[in-house]
Amino acid sequence: MMERTVSERFEELKKNALKDFPGMYGKKGITIYVGTATCGRSAGSLEVLSSFEDILKTLNIEARIVQVGCHGHCYAEPMAVVSKPGWPPIMYGYLTPNRAQILIKRFFNEEDPALEWALGAMEENDMVPTVYETPRWFREQRWLLKNCGCIDPEDINHYIAVGGYEGLTCALKIEPLEIIEEIKKAGLRGLGGAGFETWKKWDICRDTPLFPKYLICNADEGDPGAFMDRTILESDPHSIIEGMIIAGYAIGAESGYIYVRKEYPQAVSVLTTAVCQARELGLLGKNILDSKISFDIKINQGAGAFVCGEETALIASIEGKRGMPKPRPPYPANRGLLGKPTLINNVKTLASIPKILAYGAEKVSSVGMEGCMGTAVFALAGKIKNAGLVEIPFGTTLREIIFDIGGGVPSRIKVSNVAGELPKTIKKQFKAVQIGGPSGGCLPESLLDTPVCFDTIVDTGAIMGSGGMVVMDEDNCAVETARYFLEFTQKESCGKCTFCRIGTKHMLNILADITRGAGIMEDIDLLEELAETIKQGSLCNLGKTSPNPILTTLCYFREEYEAHILDKRCPSLECKDLIAYYIMPEKCQRACDACVGSCPTEAIYTRRDRLKAIDQEKCVKCANCMDACPAQYDAVIKISPISQLPESEPRDDDGQKK
Amino acid sequence: METVSLTINGKKIVTEKGKKVLWAALENGIFIPHLCSAGENSLPFGGCRLCFVEIEGKKEPVTSCTEEVTDGMVVNTRTESVLRLVRMGFELIMSRHPIICKECPANKKCALQDISREMGFKLKPKKLPQILPDLPVDDSHSLFTYNPNLCVLCGLCVYICNEIVKEAILDFNFRGFITKIGTFQNRTLAESKCNSCLKCVEACPVGALSKK
Repeated sequence: MMERTVSERFEELKKNALKDFPGMYGKKGITIYVGTATCGRSAGSLEVLSSFEDILKTLNIEARIVQVGCHGHCYAEPMAVVSKPGWPPIMYGYLTPNRAQILIKRFFNEEDPALEWALGAMEENDMVPTVYETPRWFREQRWLLKNCGCIDPEDINHYIAVGGYEGLTCALKIEPLEIIEEIKKAGLRGLGGAGFETWKKWDICRDTPLFPKYLICNADEGDPGAFMDRTILESDPHSIIEGMIIAGYAIGAESGYIYVRKEYPQAVSVLTTAVCQARELGLLGKNILDSKISFDIKINQGAGAFVCGEETALIASIEGKRGMPKPRPPYPANRGLLGKPTLINNVKTLASIPKILAYGAEKVSSVGMEGCMGTAVFALAGKIKNAGLVEIPFGTTLREIIFDIGGGVPSRIKVSNVAGELPKTIKKQFKAVQIGGPSGGCLPESLLDTPVCFDTIVDTGAIMGSGGMVVMDEDNCAVETARYFLEFTQKESCGKCTFCRIGTKHMLNILADITRGAGIMEDIDLLEELAETIKQGSLCNLGKTSPNPILTTLCYFREEYEAHILDKRCPSLECKDLIAYYIMPEKCQRACDACVGSCPTEAIYTRRDRLKAIDQEKCVKCANCMDACPAQYDAVIKISPISQLPESEPRDDDGQKK
Repeated sequence: METVSLTINGKKIVTEKGKKVLWAALENGIFIPHLCSAGENSLPFGGCRLCFVEIEGKKEPVTSCTEEVTDGMVVNTRTESVLRLVRMGFELIMSRHPIICKECPANKKCALQDISREMGFKLKPKKLPQILPDLPVDDSHSLFTYNPNLCVLCGLCVYICNEIVKEAILDFNFRGFITKIGTFQNRTLAESKCNSCLKCVEACPVGALSKK
């Protein structure tokens, strides 16, 4: 009996949802989709949005504007999809308020879709090439991010219209153990970074004979350079809610928490709306879809501590205590929140659940590689052309992700000050990629053919982590990178255990000394010893993984450490204390004063021969002069070690020097 | 009482089931360094990271305050890998702890001195430079003094204040290396609602909290 009422109730909801859903493809009139998630907003999408509204009003065009989430193509924000009957829906990138106006005028007054600003069409057609043919989209397999950027995250009907809550309907028709069996068949592993088999966690939690049980969605994404969870939270919140209801039913929990960072205000607001809407439609609360199942969600905001992403610290934080990890066991699945069995899953793991139930486990396990089935989402950041989110099947190599999809390392552009002269492009070499944030490792070019999967990444010394990938080029110093990440971990250490609190401070001090040129060779041995003991001795994974950036850079870029220590030289010319700026007299142009004006400390003076030179004592190494020097001269260079700096020439007026 | 028998450092020991290795060892006169454990009836805190032991069949040393005894367990408290960890742990603690024993109120009853004596570790760190904090001493309370510079952050006072006395005056403040024990909003003890039970002072294993 129950089976029918659940389906019937869902069909009713779906029918209602489809009534108002514009659909991506302009079947219901002109629709403009503007991406207004955090990344879009910071690039100015709200201004673009109001510009669209103004011009449509001025031209008296009847159109619907939908605020959607983010496609994950941060490099091209602000983005919009314009869907006009008679044309395929076309995606535009790099919009500005002005371009938005011109676009609408051309498209609607002159039937000219301004294809020079288009990234491509969103569906097959015979007029405009699709985005799926471009390298950035071609290799991706969107599964978790399928709805991101295509639906209005603040309208539950959009989610239902594109197939949302179907997984829940399927789940409610089967027994909890069958759900767990299905997850097992799909081979889903915890996408928060650890890669623990999801079904096992569920099973342990379900089997623990203590009640009530709790479910927590870990949305405390804090790695520098990682924003996968944020995008899903902001662009497709219902996939998480649906996943949580299914998980709650499977383990026998009736209350769930979403622990989300306070620093994601947009995500908090979208989630709050989503939870309210789900409650209104009877998808949360008592008797979900008229079944006997009840489940409700509370949103909990974290107070900005990185360590609260660790399970036990997260639980302490929800309980109102200081977020400090506890020794495990007992594992949260046995004794977690308020001492009761608690299932904690990452955003991406939970967002995968509805799809597994709706499309079947076979669909998921058909992609990926042995032991790692399905897809992984990575956030590409740093020195990369097409920064943003990438979803690829497990087993794709790092090279494919960084070069084929990400477009590789961008060149530096130097502008000339001569009218009509083209800017000069300076090619940059790929150097390394930091995977897994501050707990991960720094991998060199030689390891780029590693297929991406939890186990293969661990073998390289990095970790898969939640999926942050920070790309570095030849201008990034390996020692400085390790120092940067360690500074983060040290600041975010909860202070509970000796190794992490004091040990990381010592490592940080040693690294800081090396980048200042004050290191000695024995420091490397001490670093290694500290790293090994901290890895073994720390209480939680934050401490245990904190030496990874050091261990991997020591392993793959040891010669850089040695250059800093022995030659006082920074091979990448990044460490400020080891470099000096120098104006090459043979390239400097007598009459050009571009660098002089750019210097904030008046360190640049005119020599007797009218060429420019830098007073090293006054120089603060801000690199302004290097940027200001016109491309056709390109006279400013960095020199390391400082001892190689040529002797300075006297000033034009010697008397002025003092 | 259900019992289990195990071997620690070659010594056969019969003890209560469910007990943690640390307490089984201590009861039988085997010293394992530890600072943060509030006794066997409390949940292990796991902060000081000094009570490492090696258990046959486990790849890496484990903390004995969290490890339950099992029948036939073979424990070793002084293997090379254990000593490597404990020595570094102790050295780290001592690198942030001023060695001013003669002026210290805890001289001769200090847990750090005990560990140094029992384990044969020097008080002064050998490999690491000292990074000593220069925090203000809180002398505002009429009955006791709090010197955060001597604190090893074992958390015993926090445990006593929150879980036993249930006053919740003391807790951890700040993060990272500058973490310290303090009151709400880092006020002085006189400004806090401390009920002067002095249980925290009794619990302090070093000279950070001392009677006037």
